[in-house]
Amino acid sequence: MSGAATDTGAAPDTEASRSTGTWPDDAAPAPLAPRARLLPALGAVYRAQLSRARVARIPLLFVATFQSVGIMIMMRGVVHDGTEARSVVSGASVLVVAFVALNLLAQYFGRLRADGGLDHYATLPVPPAAVVLGAAAAYASFTVPGTLATALIGGVLFHLPMAHLWVLAAVIPVSGAALSGLGAALGLLAPRQEIATLCGQLGMSAALLLGVLPPGGLPTAIGYARDLLPSTYGVEALTRSYAARPDWLMIGADLGVCAAVGVLSLTVATWAYRRAAGR
Amino acid sequence: MVRDLVKTYPAVRGRRGADRAPAVRASDGISLDVGRGEIFGLLGPNGAGKSTLVRQLTGLLRPDSGTISVLGHDLVRHPARAARLLGYLGQESTALDEMTVALAVETTGRLRGLDVRRARAERDAVIGELGLADLAARPLKKLSGGQRRLACFATVLIGERPLLVLDEPTTGMDPVARRAVWAAVDRRRAERGATVLLVTHNVLEAESVLDRVAVIDQGRVIACDTPGGLKERVAEEVRLELVWRDRPPLDVAEVAALHPAAQVSGRRWTLRLPADQARAAVSAVTRGPAFAALDDFTFATPSLEDVYLSLGGRAAGLVKG
Repeated sequence: MSGAATDTGAAPDTEASRSTGTWPDDAAPAPLAPRARLLPALGAVYRAQLSRARVARIPLLFVATFQSVGIMIMMRGVVHDGTEARSVVSGASVLVVAFVALNLLAQYFGRLRADGGLDHYATLPVPPAAVVLGAAAAYASFTVPGTLATALIGGVLFHLPMAHLWVLAAVIPVSGAALSGLGAALGLLAPRQEIATLCGQLGMSAALLLGVLPPGGLPTAIGYARDLLPSTYGVEALTRSYAARPDWLMIGADLGVCAAVGVLSLTVATWAYRRAAGR
Repeated sequence: MVRDLVKTYPAVRGRRGADRAPAVRASDGISLDVGRGEIFGLLGPNGAGKSTLVRQLTGLLRPDSGTISVLGHDLVRHPARAARLLGYLGQESTALDEMTVALAVETTGRLRGLDVRRARAERDAVIGELGLADLAARPLKKLSGGQRRLACFATVLIGERPLLVLDEPTTGMDPVARRAVWAAVDRRRAERGATVLLVTHNVLEAESVLDRVAVIDQGRVIACDTPGGLKERVAEEVRLELVWRDRPPLDVAEVAALHPAAQVSGRRWTLRLPADQARAAVSAVTRGPAFAALDDFTFATPSLEDVYLSLGGRAAGLVKG
């Protein structure tokens, strides 16, 4: 039986499509198994990704934290006034997020795509958003201990007030969303694995230079580049929170920008996943 | 309700092949019908187009033309339905490598739409069934190739599907693991009427486990029958293998006459001959100077490999044993 599929344009899953005569032997198509729903699937991916940290990621998390602490110790000799010190500590803290969420996630998705690992997810009835968001959320979670440690060590090193450090509870998720979305999109869109790695590294370097260096002395062009980088707004929000009387409106605005970029970059990443999985 | 599982690909060309500089017709007009409850094999050497065919079937690749119908669903129009109809074992395990066996199986079950309790119950059942209990807490990365393959096979079984598509499932496995795989496959067919599509380049495996087999070469089906039926096509022929000690004694007339028909691989000659000619050849090489130069010879009834070769397939890449 070699039935040339004669489409009648019938809607899927309806009685009409079953009686088109395309499959004379298959009067009733087999029932389809249910799809995985978004939230449970997201939770399962998140949990699986977190468990990977135990195996593979912990050394890298230490590296991320040491890098940031090292930069703060270096900058201690250069930075004099309190405003600059705030920028340095905020920049170094958010750098941990950039290292893990942007750089490592870009590498992870780049490798998954290159090795055919995406096939595993692509042959399961799972919404693309669940895979991307679950992985992004897990990588953002990996950054929590390092970011917290960096902010605390920085506060001690530079004698900053730490009363409003709870702002990190908002800074980490929103900058984590923005940067991991960017990382995932880079990893999934890069035509080759090496390019994904390169993009992740460059993104992290940009976050390092533009985030840690105090903005005052930067050339105009670099200043614009700084405004374009989503992590900048996380850095700014954290910097402002060190003030004796923080400007909550501006902090809210910064976090809002970060969150908006997060939504956008995660949407792009989900689209990129669809594209990569459905070659 | 469904009696037949039909997959038809007239003039399919794998897109992956088309991307490369010299366009390769990885699937060159393949048509296959697979019955429900069948263990159906795709046999062929590396690069024959088996995996490309399977990737189209699982919705991972879109055929350029042709139709694919699985259990009454048109998968060319609705590739996303493949994930809800079939379990697929690919050749890579990157997505699971850093998880423990138990978590990899459970997560896959969750992503097949099972709730937590069901996923855990099925996880334990599948891990027990395949004898993976001792490895359950270890990450896939730390397992040997065969163990990892078995763990990946476990992820295919969770969240029951009426069709299992297995791309070289037993690569690297020891005989115990192989038996566990075939027992699990048989159980699903006997109890639930599951259909299995198996990609292999292992001739012995194909002979022993498959109901029917399609021999694929260069993107085409060159034969499709039961293993026994295929062998009947070359039943009058027998395979004669001659291994020479040093070099073949071409100065002996009978040996020189055999040379053009032989497939030479180092000191080994493989000949496919009608039974009477083979007997004559054996008596010729077991006498005099030819016998002095002969190290060993075997005489065998045809295998699927012989079928494959007699149908004009290329021998390279086909694994025996």
